[in-house]
Parts: sequence; C-alpha cells; structure tokens
Amino acid sequence: MAKGRIRRKLRKSHLYTFCLYPGAAGKCGQPVGGPGFSRTVHCNEPQMHSQKPFKYRANDISTTKYSFLSFLPKALYEQFNRVANLYFLGCAIASLTPLSPFSAVSMIAPLAFVVGLSMAKEALEDWRRFMQDMEVNSRKVKVHAGEAFDKKAWQNVRVGDVVRVEKDQFFPSDLLLLSSNNEDGICYVETMNLDGETNLKPKRALEVTLDLDEDEDFKNFKGIIKCEDPNPSLYTFVGNFEYNGQVYAIDPSQILLRDSKLRNTAFVYGIVIFTGHDSKVMQNSTKSPSKRSRIERKMDYIIYVLFSVLLVISLISSFGFAVEIKYSMPGWWFMRPQEADEYYNPREPVTSGISHMVTALMLYGYLIPISLYVSIEVVKVLQATFINQDILMYDEETGIPAQARTSNLNEELGQVDTILSDKTGTLTCNQMDFLKCSIAGTAYGSSSSDVELAAEQQMANDPVNKVELEAVVSSLSEKGHKSSIKGFNFEDSRLMNGNCLKEPKQEDIMLFFRILAVCHTAIPELNEETGSYTYEAESPDEGAFLVAAREFGFEFFQRTQSSVTVREKYTASGNPIDREYKILNVLEFTSKRKRMTVIVRDEDGQILLMCKGADRLVSLLYLDLISIIFDRLSKDGRFYQEDTTRHLNEYGEAGLRTLALAYKKLEESEYSAWNTEFQKAKTSIGADRDIMLEKAAEMMERDLILIGATAVEDKLQKGVPKCIDKLAQAGLKLWVLTGDKMETAINIGYACSLLRQGMKQICIQATDSDVKEEVKVDILKQINNGSQTIREEKDPYASFALIIDGKTLVYALEDDMKHRFLDLGVRCASVICCRVSPKQKALVTRLVKQGTGKTTLAIGDGANDVGMIQEADIGVGISGVEGMQAVMASDFSVSQFRFLERLLVVHGHWCYKRIAQMICYFFYKNIAFGLTLFYFEAFTGFSGQSVYDDWYMLLFNVVLTSLPVISLGVLEQDVSSEVCLEFPAIYQQGPRNLFFDWYRILGWMGNGLLASLIIFFLNIVIFYNQAFCIGGQTADMTALGTTMFTCIIWSLNIQIVLTMSHFTWIQHATIWGSIVTWYLFLAVYGALSPDISRDAYQILVEALAPAPIYWTTTLLVAVTCNLPYMAHIAYQRCLKPMDHHIIQEIKYYRKDVEDQHMWKREQLKARQKTKIGFTARVEAKIRQLRSKMHKKQ
Amino acid sequence: MSSNTPSSSAGGVGSADSSAPRRNSKRPKYSKFTQQELPACKPILTPRWVISAFILVSIVFIPIGVVSLFASQDVVEIIDRYETECVPQDFRNNKVSFIQSDANKTCTRRLTVTKRMKQPIYVYYQLDNFYQNHRRYVKSRSDSQLKDNSSWNDVSSCKPEDDSNGQPIVPCGLIAWSLFNDTYNFSLNNQQLAVNKTEISWKSDRDSKFGNDVFPRNFQNGTLIGGKSLDPTVPLSEQEDLIVWMRTAALPTFRKLYGKIERDLQPNEVIHVTLENNYNTYSFNGKKKLVLSTTSWLGGKNDFLGIAYLTVGGLCFFLALSFTVVYLVKPRRLGDPSYLSWNRNPGGQ
Repeated sequence: MAKGRIRRKLRKSHLYTFCLYPGAAGKCGQPVGGPGFSRTVHCNEPQMHSQKPFKYRANDISTTKYSFLSFLPKALYEQFNRVANLYFLGCAIASLTPLSPFSAVSMIAPLAFVVGLSMAKEALEDWRRFMQDMEVNSRKVKVHAGEAFDKKAWQNVRVGDVVRVEKDQFFPSDLLLLSSNNEDGICYVETMNLDGETNLKPKRALEVTLDLDEDEDFKNFKGIIKCEDPNPSLYTFVGNFEYNGQVYAIDPSQILLRDSKLRNTAFVYGIVIFTGHDSKVMQNSTKSPSKRSRIERKMDYIIYVLFSVLLVISLISSFGFAVEIKYSMPGWWFMRPQEADEYYNPREPVTSGISHMVTALMLYGYLIPISLYVSIEVVKVLQATFINQDILMYDEETGIPAQARTSNLNEELGQVDTILSDKTGTLTCNQMDFLKCSIAGTAYGSSSSDVELAAEQQMANDPVNKVELEAVVSSLSEKGHKSSIKGFNFEDSRLMNGNCLKEPKQEDIMLFFRILAVCHTAIPELNEETGSYTYEAESPDEGAFLVAAREFGFEFFQRTQSSVTVREKYTASGNPIDREYKILNVLEFTSKRKRMTVIVRDEDGQILLMCKGADRLVSLLYLDLISIIFDRLSKDGRFYQEDTTRHLNEYGEAGLRTLALAYKKLEESEYSAWNTEFQKAKTSIGADRDIMLEKAAEMMERDLILIGATAVEDKLQKGVPKCIDKLAQAGLKLWVLTGDKMETAINIGYACSLLRQGMKQICIQATDSDVKEEVKVDILKQINNGSQTIREEKDPYASFALIIDGKTLVYALEDDMKHRFLDLGVRCASVICCRVSPKQKALVTRLVKQGTGKTTLAIGDGANDVGMIQEADIGVGISGVEGMQAVMASDFSVSQFRFLERLLVVHGHWCYKRIAQMICYFFYKNIAFGLTLFYFEAFTGFSGQSVYDDWYMLLFNVVLTSLPVISLGVLEQDVSSEVCLEFPAIYQQGPRNLFFDWYRILGWMGNGLLASLIIFFLNIVIFYNQAFCIGGQTADMTALGTTMFTCIIWSLNIQIVLTMSHFTWIQHATIWGSIVTWYLFLAVYGALSPDISRDAYQILVEALAPAPIYWTTTLLVAVTCNLPYMAHIAYQRCLKPMDHHIIQEIKYYRKDVEDQHMWKREQLKARQKTKIGFTARVEAKIRQLRSKMHKKQ
Repeated sequence: MSSNTPSSSAGGVGSADSSAPRRNSKRPKYSKFTQQELPACKPILTPRWVISAFILVSIVFIPIGVVSLFASQDVVEIIDRYETECVPQDFRNNKVSFIQSDANKTCTRRLTVTKRMKQPIYVYYQLDNFYQNHRRYVKSRSDSQLKDNSSWNDVSSCKPEDDSNGQPIVPCGLIAWSLFNDTYNFSLNNQQLAVNKTEISWKSDRDSKFGNDVFPRNFQNGTLIGGKSLDPTVPLSEQEDLIVWMRTAALPTFRKLYGKIERDLQPNEVIHVTLENNYNTYSFNGKKKLVLSTTSWLGGKNDFLGIAYLTVGGLCFFLALSFTVVYLVKPRRLGDPSYLSWNRNPGGQ
C-alpha cells in the first residue's frame, strides 16, 4: 500500500509538460480591493461572514418561481396578466353591482374555478422544482468543523469553510484549491456541466498551501482571500490570497467551480469562496423565462379580435339603449319612466348609455371563452401525461421516461423548424471505440459502421442488385456490434489473439501497437476484481487506444516518473515479456499542435520518437486534407502513404475519428543535440518561451516514417443517425453547437450524416490578427464568399455545410454581421458551430429564433446548454446523465436523443393539431353562443336582458360543452402514430401552420356567426307569437331560451362530431354525455324548488317535452347549423384532399395491407428533400458501391 | 487513503440501492389509454356517406315539413286589430288622453268565422311594441312573495312598485302592476259565449309558484294606477290572468292566453265581441289584437316550421345531387396516393 501511495503521488507530477506553467500564476497589479473586487473571505472562519460587512449568501439554491409567501400575490398577478382573465375579474367585480345582467355567483364561480385550477397547476410545477432544489441542496460534503471534517448538507456550506471533496463528487460551491492527494497539488476536474468539454482539466494548488493535505492540518489554518465580486465569467478569476503574512496571486487554475466534478484525484481540500447563487455557474444561469407557444400567442390576437367585436357590439348595444331610453322609454308607462333610477333615465340617456356599457360588456362576455384557458391547461396537462407515459420514449437502460416538464409548449413541438443540438452527451455518449486500423498499408477491422450496414441492407432489399450483392452481404452477415469491452469494437482475426505474428509485415504491426501503448499520458489502474487494467486518460480516445493495445496483447500497466512499462503477451518465444521504455520527452497534444510525440529509449538503448497526430485539418475555406503527419514524413517514410490515405478517407467518410501514427529512430547524438536546445527553451523566461518550445518541437517532429492509422468511433447515442435522418425527412434543420474541438465536431458531423463526402463545406475562421477590424472584414469576406458560392451553384443536388468556431462567432454574432451569417447558415444543409461558449450557444439560438422567425428547439444535456435551452422556443434536456441543470431548465426531457423523433413527429404533430382544432372550435362555440345573446338584445330594447337562465350560462362553458372539446384536445388523432413515423412529411403541416392560420380561424369564426344566426332566427320565427303546444300556451322567455339552448347544445356537439376523426369510447361518452347531461340537468333543475329554478321550474317535463315543436325545432336547427360545414368538408375532401385525408382513406380501405408496394413507395416519397441525413448518405454510398462493382466487371 | 474507501463504496452501494426501485417505478405502465391506442372508430367522409347523409336528411325533413304544413293549415285563426277602431273618432288624434280619461271605453267588434273551428278555441290578446322582456321590467317582481304569504314584505326587488304609502304591495313589481286589463265578452246570435278562464296558465305555476294563501294587498291603490286590479279575496294561485301575465314574453310582440271558448264554431257565424278597451298601448304606439285560434298537435298556426323543413330538405336533396355530379365529373379514387402533396407538387413543398 505504501508503495502504491508513493506511486500515486508521483505519477501525476510528470505528466504536465510545457502546457502548464507552474509559478506563472496571476499577474500582479490587479485591482483587488477596488470596485468590483471587494470580496473578502476569511479562510476557515465562516462565522466571520455572517456579520454585517460581509453577509454573503448561503449555499442553497432555489430555482423556483415562487416562495411560500410570494406564491399567492405572484401567481395571481400572473393569472390576471392574461387579458381575458383581467376582463373576467372586472366582470366579477361589476357583477356585484346592479348593472350585472347575471347573478354574481354565475360570474365569480367560473372565474374562481378557472384561476384556481391554473394556480394549482403552477403550484404543482413549482413544487417539483422545489423538490429538485432540495435534492441538490441536501447533497453532502465534508466540511471542516473545529477539529475534524464532518458531513454537511450543501446548503449549510458557508463562505470561508474548508471542504474536502472526494473523487467523483461535485464541488458544492466555487472553491479555492488548497491541496490534493497529489503532492504537487494537481487535481483533475471534469467541466462537462459548465462548458460541455469532456476532457479533464488539471487544476493546480498554490505552492504555499501544498502541505495542507491532511485533515489535521486545518486546525489552525487561517488566511484571507481578497477577490472579485460574484460574476458570470467562467474563465477568469482575480484575487489574492494572504497567508502567513505573504500575498499570493490567485488565478483561474486554482479555482474549482461549482457543478464541475473531481476526477482522477482521490480528494482535494478547498476554501469556499462563492456560495449558492454567487457561484459562477449560478451567475451564468438566467431566470427561466416563461415560454408561450406560437399558437397561444396567436390566440391572444384572436382574443383581441373578439374583444374588439365585444366592444363594437357593446357600443352598438349601448347606443341602441340610449336611443331607446331617450325616445321610447317615456312612452313605456309600464316601466314607470318618471321614477327611473340612474340606469334607466330618459332625461340622461348618455349616463344610462355609459352605465349600460358595463352591463353589455358583461353580457357579451360569452364571446370570450373564459374556460378556454382552463380547458387548454387541462388538455395540455393530459397531453403531457401521455408524453410522460409513452412507453416508447422510456429508456430501459437508464430507467428514465420522457417528461414534459412544462406542459404549455406541447403544440409547439409540432411546429419546430430548426433544432439546435449539443454534441457531447446528446448526440454522442462520450465514449470512443477503437474500430479499425490501417497498418503498413493494410486495412484491418471488419466492424462496419452504421452507414455501411444500412447501405448494404438497402441494396440487398433492392431486387435489381440482389445477385450482385450477395457477396457483399454475406461478408457482413456477422455483424460486429457485440463487443463487450468498453472502448473496443474491433474484429479481425488477422490481428487478434496473437495472429499478428503470422502477418507478413509483423515488425510494423508490432511497432504500431507499441506506439499505441507508449505514446500517451494516461495512468493505468488495476481493477482488482477482474485483474485487468483500466486507464484514466485525459481524453476518451486515448483510453480507447490503450484498451485496443491491451486487447492486441500490448498491455500498458505501469507508469513511473520516467518510464512506461508494457507487457507483451504474444511473442515469438510464447512467454509474455515486460518491456520498459524510458521516457525522455513528452511533447503534448494541444489543440494547436494536433499531435503528440514521445521520445523514449527502449531496453536496447535505441531512442525512438513516436508520434500520433491528426490526419486532417480544417483549411480556411474548404476542408482539405492538410495532414499534420504527412507533411512531416521523410522521403522514404512515405512508403505506405498512398494506401493509408485511401483508408483514412474511407474512415473519415464513415465518421470515424482518425489519427495517423509515425515514428523515427534517433541517433544518440542527434537526440542530445536537440535535447539541449529543448531544455534551453524550456527553462527560458519571457514571452518567447512558447515560440521557442514550439520551434524546438517542430525541429524534432520531422522526417517521420508513417506506419499506419487508427480509426476510433466517437460512439453515438443509440439511434442518433436514424433519428437525425427522420427529422431531416420531416423537414427539420439541425444545427450542432458544441463546445468541442472542430475535428471532433466534424467527425461527429460525418458520423451523424450531417456531413458527407461530396458536400461542400464552408468553413469560416477568424484570422490570428489583433486588429479587430481586420478580422471582421476578413470574416465578412468569408461569409460573402460562401453565400456567393451557394448562389452560383448550378447543381440542384449540391449541398453545403457551414462550419464555424467560437472565436469566429464572436464577430459573426455582432449586430452588423449576424444577419449575413444567419442567411448563410439557413442556406446550408447543415451547420456546425464548434468551441462555442454557453453564452454563444444562447446567442446563436436567439439569432436563429429571431432571425428566421420560426420555431426553434434546443436540445442538450449539460449546464453549458442551459442558456440555449432557455433561449429556444422549446428546450429539451437529456436526462439520465449527471448534473440536472439542463433538465431543470428544460421544457421537456428525454433520456436519449432518438426519442426526439417520437416527441416531435408523433406527439408534436398530434398536440399541434389537437390544440389548433380545439381553439378553433372554442371560438366557434363561443361566437355561436355569445352572438345569440346579442341578437336577443335588439329585441329587448337593448336592455341587457339575457334569454337564458343564469344557470344555463354558468354550465355552458364549465360543464355542458367543455368535456367534448377536451376529449378532442386530448385524444384526437388524424393519423396513427405509426403513420406519423412512416410519413415524416405530414409533420410539415405544423411548421407550415396549416391548421391555425388566419384563413382557418376566420373560417371557424364565420361558421360560428352563421350558426348563431341560424339558431337565433329560426327559433325566434318559430316561437314568435303562436301557441307552441296543443294546450294553447304561448312561449315565454324561458321556453324560448331553453329551446334555443337545446338547439345550441345539439348543434355544437354535432359540429364537434364532424370535426373529429377519431372516436374512442371516451369521445362518444363525452359528446353524447354532454347532450344527455343537458336534458338531465333540465329535468333535475326543473324538479328543484321554484325558489331555485324560478321560471325554469318544470320547464322540460311540463312545457317542452310534450310539445312536438320543441323536438322538431331542435332537429331542424341542429341539422341546418351543420349543413354548411358538412358541405364544406365534403367538398374539400373531394377536391382538395390533404395528406392526412388520403392516408385515412388508404387505411380505411386497408389499401396499405392490400397494396404494400404502394404503401412502401409512398413512405419513401413522403420525405422532404434532404441533403443531410442517413438516407442521403446511404444513397451516395449505393452509388459508390455500384460504380465499384461496374469497375470490377 | 483507507478512510476514503468505505465512504466511496458506501456511496456506490447507496446509489445502486436508490436507483433500483426507482427504475421499476418510473417505467410507465402499459395501458391502451396511456399509449393512446384505444380502439377507435375512424369514420371518413366517403362520397357514399356524404350523399346518403344528405339524402337521409331530405328524406326525413320533407315529410316532416309536409306534415307540419298540414297541421298548420288545419289551424283556424281569427285576428282582429282593434286599438284604433275602439277609440272614438274625436279622440283619434289624441288616443292617450282618451285612454287616460274616464270616458266609456266599451267597444263592439264583429268577427266572422271563416272556417269551422273545433273546440277548444283559444282566445288571445296580442300586444305589440310592449317590451315585457326589458331587463328593468323583468327584474321587477318578487318570486318569494308570490309563493309564500310569510314573505309578503319581501319587496326589495320590486322597485319602483314596491310599496304604497309605506305598505308592501302584494303582488309587487312593475309586471304585476301593469297587468293587462282589457276584457272581452263574446256573444253568438245574441247568446252569451262562455269564456273559460281557468287552466289557461301552466299547472306548475298555479301549484308551486303562486301561493294559495297569498292574497293581493295594497294592489293598485297608489297614486298611479297601472293595469287591472285584483280581487283581494281571491288567492294568487287562482288569479290566472296574473299568472299568465307574469310569464314574461320573449319578444316585444307577444300573445297571451285570455281564455278558452269550449264550443265549436261554424263557418260564417258572426261573433259579437264587447270589449273594454282599458289598456294603454297608445303611449308607446302599441297595437292590440284579439285572436281566436284553434290548435293542432304542433300548436298554433305556424307555416314557417313546415316551410323551413321543406327548404332544408330540398337544399339537402340539391346538395346530394350536386355532390353526385361532382363525384361523377371529378371522380377521385379514394385513397389514391397520387393526390398526396408530395406527388402533386414533387420537390417543392
């Protein structure tokens, strides 16, 4: 154990090379103590901060919208922020005055119900957020308390506390790193939640605190930190640390940020600097905006239209009232005009008219569907339940179902135009698999990637090619996707199990594997259970190399300060041999160098240079093969170049991440000459150091001998390419925004079929110039060039991809340039933005959202995606990974990217149509009902008398007509979910907004107007003055009102039957139930004491039901009302059928079963022309394979 | 170092424990409802359906229309407008002053029976331009007072006709106060024709809404006399004129039942009506009509219903025909995929 401990302490220390500069921390002269830099932290004395001058925030976080106290006022405010609710509130207040045409309870009860329900929903949602916060707040961390370290909940951590964080734990707040279990104070953190980068970042403690690495050391530890105030900048930190009378500068490399995770380090000690909402990550988060869907926003306009109508008819009514009051009322002796009060005063018609205005506004309030909002809320909650309950969006592996976290955006899912996606954790699993390699000009590895598999499958299905392809298919029948080893998915018997010794170029093969096993910076870790080694590498592809080397029989198992030991399992002698390589120099991988080199001395004393590096690099405008390694080969080292290049191209096209491997043998003298130079550079001080080091490295890394190349698959999440393909077919555009490196992003672009060979890539990069204007001019030129290229492109099938990095985006997102940039992006088939900061992700999202005016959806998994998730019209979080920020900020969460397809294409499509139809119907229904009140007004001298009983009106919206429309909104399906998935083009009905455009809305309103006219005037004429039954009685107001209301109930329900296309028992129950309820209500209401039922007492039983005219009128009106609509839909279906009509018919006549060929063919056609995606790729591949076969023949 | 191990392993176990039950509980339960797979009928509007629906409507509607028209034709109606004729020639220019004066308002009318009228023959008065449905008027009543003697002073809703000299009025309110007070006496061949004035109101009104222990009080004894006075000895439940009148009409033109003549009338019989023209409709230019009418199963004379049914039935027939033509001229094979949007305008969406 003791030995192991020493090793552990040693092993990290040697790894950093010139990329880290110990001692070069913080420049002096920072304005610490000045404005904006006022924070003082007394280390290990947290109690100091509870007093006045400091009073720092506690470490608990709260993302809830309301607190217990603020809930009521705030939620009420939100509710009455809706115009309609405010109007109804006004009505409810006015209903307490004699102006009200209805009883007060019939105004207040529905409002209370509606508002109460909405508030309950808000409360429930906020409660869930609260529980999530609680979960985070109650995480435990070890905090120094007097003597020892105790476990404390995160929320109790205070500024100044010394905390001990252990491996794989999150940091509870922003910390100053004091020391780690490594002697040199290095620790590794994973900042995926902050910036999405997957590689580990080293952090380094100040030298002065290195000794504080035991729990006991903190008993008397004191110190003062003076630093900047809380701010959202993740990459800067300015501060001083006063310790033992000395002042030391702190820089960002000593700061451990909340929500990042300690990796590869047993424990660290740190001092809490920023807590809770002061921490950088929380400062970065913005208040989650309340989002409203497009349809709902449009609905507001409709409500405004209805308000205008309401206002107009109220004005007409008031004017009519005033005129009647002035000219007619003096003659109406039966109303005692001489004793009239202020509301009916013939001498002051204007006052009366104005007060009547209030009455009218209330009376015609039925034009504004009060229950619309609440019905929509109910429908959306139910729709959200369906999303949550969808078993096909449940991930068996993580055990997490999809979740609609806010239900008010369901229908927006059906209108998405652009998806902005994060890469790591969203598209990819952050796992690299060694898939193929090319050694000495021979390609090994038969595991085919998804694209190859699909291309071959599709060709096999094509009868024309069947015979020719049998050979290809048979070779692929054993699919290689059953690897159980993480990071290794390689199958080729020529190399496995020591067979490589029998290969012709075995020397080269051995060397190839040695390079894999030696040229890296990883640390082996013995897994005691299995006895094998696992590796902790800075990047996952390095890990994949080591796993591959291990599987090939070159097991790297030990690293010391200066050596690497590899056990070679298969040797000529048959016994394993341990070979030790002395490491002389490590020239590390950086994003600029894109290569890594080690210089080692093997056991024979031979000095070897081993180098691995990117084979391709992005050029300024188009992606060319500019090889890092190939440029550095010696003349005779290019022996395999041609073959290797070909293989690299193949791998690259398959979306694999490739590295070329090269080596050279060094003479002792040659090496020592260089080494002196290199050491000189390394020890030099000053600005030239970097350049000198780079020069030295450059000197060494040339005249290499190419040996081969590796292909690593950045493992995609399950089903991602297929999902992207389907989404592309549904006409959605995909932008990838990633914090990752450009090469990685491009690789993934290939793997996801966002990029493919033959696609023209427009790559925009900023030049390395200090003059901002120059850079801008240059970028603008690049953008314009790109646009011009697209414009001038003649080939209609040509497609373009735009690739841009974060540095360039800084300029491209500036006001004067962003629209040109967007314009270019929109014209390109796919857009990839790499190395973008969280802020830029949000900015790009905003640009797309505002610039195109279309619906955007952002999907991501990490805290770095929170900005864009909040900014987009819809934010989707990937749940199941650690760190809940993205999910917490999101509107929907799914556990896998592939569920997006079902979420959008099925649920989105359904919800869009449901909500659209439901709202249209709602307006129809309220216009049809509300206008009858208005017409009746004209017959009552505009006095504000309603023809219906108060209770009818009360029940109309809340009970009688609400359930059918809710069942429409919840259960309607134009086509089944399978059809939605099979015919992605149907999705376009949403983004093109075919079901909620003004044409359709006005059509429905017109239909409502027509219905109101028919209902009212037919009834009026029939019941004009004649006896309506055999007993000679004439109809009074209640009889007329009740008959009219019956007609309305029937008409509206028949209308909804005509609207629906999907009837389960629930629809039947609600529709026919609502009609039955009406009659039941009438019977029950009529049976109540006349104190309650008043004129409606016994109305059905005694007066109406025995009168045949009541029933014949109902039949006449209900049919007549629906004739126009019926004729309209019959006409439309006959002459202008929409896609879903045809598919319904195909399904209805079972043509899909009888003529499967046609059904399949239409499915293939039902795609948007895509230039990206799997299908496009597969087609390209098929062309390629075919041409290959022709060549062979 | 050794202190790390237990805590980390404990953490591992803890997380495994917590995730295991969660995994099961989070799996959505399968049900046809939650998966939206409930069996459903998905009717579509095929041409056959459209045409049969329209035909069905016309088949149902046209007979109903015919029957209704016949029923309406059976009804015999005699209408006599008398508000001008019953004002003496001298007062024709100032009818209001006539009606407000104490002059003799008796007036005789002759009605000739055109067709045989079978009993019961209903006698109506029809008023025009009388806003019985005006909100101020409709509200001015007290249902509790009408029903129950104990709440006789519940007159708050009756303003301005709530009390007289401080005493609550029963029945209070404008509606009761303005009760129609023209009277009709019929004679045929100098023989009195009895008018039955019972059971002209709804039974439920008599039984449950107008109390048999409620008697008129202080009615029409204020400074302003509205309409008819009520006999204070007769309970409200028997004052059927009042009960009928209190059922406010929906429209400003309305008929109300006055009584029934329970004997058949033969064609060309002449009925003499002696009427008291008391009610003031002159202030608001209202017409007054006396109506004698029989009823059919459908009620009174109502041609409109039959015509409407015939019209709609005919319209449906016409629609059925035109759709047949449309389907014949522009036939579309149902489920023909060539009508799908991607086949109609390939490429451009």
